Amino acid sequence: MLAVNSGIDPLLKRPFSIHRRLGGDFQILYRVTGKGTAILSKRCLGDILEVVGPLGKGFPVKTTRDKIILVAGGVGIAPIFALAEEIKMKKPLLFYGARTKDEALCLNELKSLGIKPVISTDDGSLGAKDNIVNVLKDFLSHNSVGARLPRPYSQLLTLNPSPVTRHVIYACGPEPMLRALSLLAKEYNLKGYIALEQNMACGIGACLGCVVKTKEGYKRVCKEGPVFPIEEVVWE
Amino acid sequence: MNLSVNLGRLKLKNPVMTASGTFGYGDEYSEFVDLDKLGAIVVKGLSLHPKQGNPVPRIVETPAGMLNAIGLQNIGVDKFISEKLPFLRKLDTKVIVNFFGDTVNEYVKTAEKLSSVKGIHALEMNISCPNKQVGWIIFGTDPRVTYKVVKAVRKATGLTLIVKLSPNVTDISLMAKVAEDAGADAISVINTLTGMAIDIKKKRPKLANITGGLSGPAVKPVAVRMVWECHKVVRIPIIGMGGITSAEDAIEFILAGASAVAVGTANFINPKATIDIIEGIKSFMSAEGIKSLKELIGAVRC
Ligand SMILES: Cc1cc2nc3c(=O)[nH]c(=O)nc-3n(C[C@H](O)[C@H](O)[C@H](O)COP(=O)(O)OP(=O)(O)OC[C@H]3O[C@@H](n4cnc5c(N)ncnc54)[C@H](O)[C@@H]3O)c2cc1C
Ligand SMILES: Cc1cc2nc3c(=O)[nH]c(=O)nc-3n(C[C@H](O)[C@H](O)[C@H](O)COP(=O)(O)O)c2cc1C
Ligand code: FES
Repeated sequence: MLAVNSGIDPLLKRPFSIHRRLGGDFQILYRVTGKGTAILSKRCLGDILEVVGPLGKGFPVKTTRDKIILVAGGVGIAPIFALAEEIKMKKPLLFYGARTKDEALCLNELKSLGIKPVISTDDGSLGAKDNIVNVLKDFLSHNSVGARLPRPYSQLLTLNPSPVTRHVIYACGPEPMLRALSLLAKEYNLKGYIALEQNMACGIGACLGCVVKTKEGYKRVCKEGPVFPIEEVVWE
Repeated sequence: MNLSVNLGRLKLKNPVMTASGTFGYGDEYSEFVDLDKLGAIVVKGLSLHPKQGNPVPRIVETPAGMLNAIGLQNIGVDKFISEKLPFLRKLDTKVIVNFFGDTVNEYVKTAEKLSSVKGIHALEMNISCPNKQVGWIIFGTDPRVTYKVVKAVRKATGLTLIVKLSPNVTDISLMAKVAEDAGADAISVINTLTGMAIDIKKKRPKLANITGGLSGPAVKPVAVRMVWECHKVVRIPIIGMGGITSAEDAIEFILAGASAVAVGTANFINPKATIDIIEGIKSFMSAEGIKSLKELIGAVRC
């Protein structure tokens, strides 16, 4: 939770993911969407901002031996990149959807991690002109029947000899993407974890403002989340 | 310097409490705040049975404030007693349990349960919720209903009983008097002010519940005025709250007539707000040469 300003305008702190850790420092990567992020974008080097964190639970990756598929939508690349950096030794696949070529971020950084993302954009200015969940679905269906893959998926096949059911998804992005992804995960019987967003006030589990409906009732995105097992979330 | 204040028989080491619903069950803030330093901890409102609360979005920011429509989500009294109270019992502060009911009978049963266990120092009744028996009228907006429910709970508990008033009424001093007459030991002023915010592009309310309770600095002048009005008509102590973010704000409430104050939304802005406010009150008292905080209660000259 980051205060973009001191004082009471805006009143509440804004939640952000940790994008990169650099020694004792950390970076966030954000999109200007409203008042708070607009103020943040005017802050300069040397300004001091108050942060409460890190909070909540991140992606559980340490133990997994499955083939990892990362899915990022828009600025959802922020935590997904952090995860990619952490698990680059496991050679994850990355599916990354953005609105336009200009909004596809971190491409050079991903390259230096040795990760070649499969990209799609809404306007087709980079990668496939499609939404990224459809692209992933294509990949999964071709891969599972072993058919010849269209570009750009063919390059991935060699990285991914295992059967589809041993994939695990880690995703962050807009709600419609996550919703579609959970249907896909169900269809292909894939495990997965998704990072959710919700309006927040306290960020530490006290106000009960940020809940998400799960199979076990409401849970707090700031405390039990923001990452939840994909099959646990109940979409309304 | 003496910061202690009394709420009826209950003695607080200092006047700074937490406002219900903004401090969880206390444990959530233990990383940030030495809870033993607080005057009292008021926990999230409890009901006889657990409640799952409203759909999201439950909160929306507004100028210098926020609207919430949590829908009184809580774990229920039984789970509170078995899972949360043991932690609170170990603290060196007063534990005040906020509760509510859908019916008078539920209020009574909840109060009885809470009064039968050790470790709770006072009860705070939230009467800003609908009475299911008489068609969803808010308990705290009808003086006759308020009298009835407070009187019934008064009979059911020997603990210090605080009644938390709704500000969504024409004359809050009348409600204060009714609560006093029905046997309240203290009153909390104010709960949130009902408000609404609309997304003009979607032409939809910003909260799933449509309306919500306004809190934060935006409500402070209204709350100070209401404390002052209540102070004129009741003799029982008043706990002032609504938009307190600093020691200066707290002192304003005390001058208006509050014996203690509760800090709510400010905890979200600064998790250490309560402690900063206690320290700030001390600095103010030493700068102004005030020996006992009690000198300040209701000391505004009008
Ligand atoms: C766990 C988590 C991690 C996030 N990580 C990132 C990130 O790494 N990069 C990034 O660009 N964005 C991230 N977001 C979204 C980011 O918090 C919002 O874009 C931001 O709060 C918008 O603030 P604003 O004042 O510019 O917008 P406004 O619309 O003016 O904000 C009004 C209020 O709504 C809240 N709000 C608006 N949009 C969102 C949203 N999508 N999620 C939660 N609250 C919202 C604000 O916090 C504020 O309280 C994250 C959200 C969550 C919950
Ligand atoms: C998120 C939230 C939840 C609340 N829940 C309760 C509650 O359960 N019971 C209650 O009596 N008051 C509840 N309140 C009201 C506060 O206790 C307090 O009266 C009000 O917010 C005004 O104080 P503030 O401006 O300092 O927040 C809640 C307020 C907020 C913001
Ligand atoms: S933001 Fe307060 S509980 Fe999550």
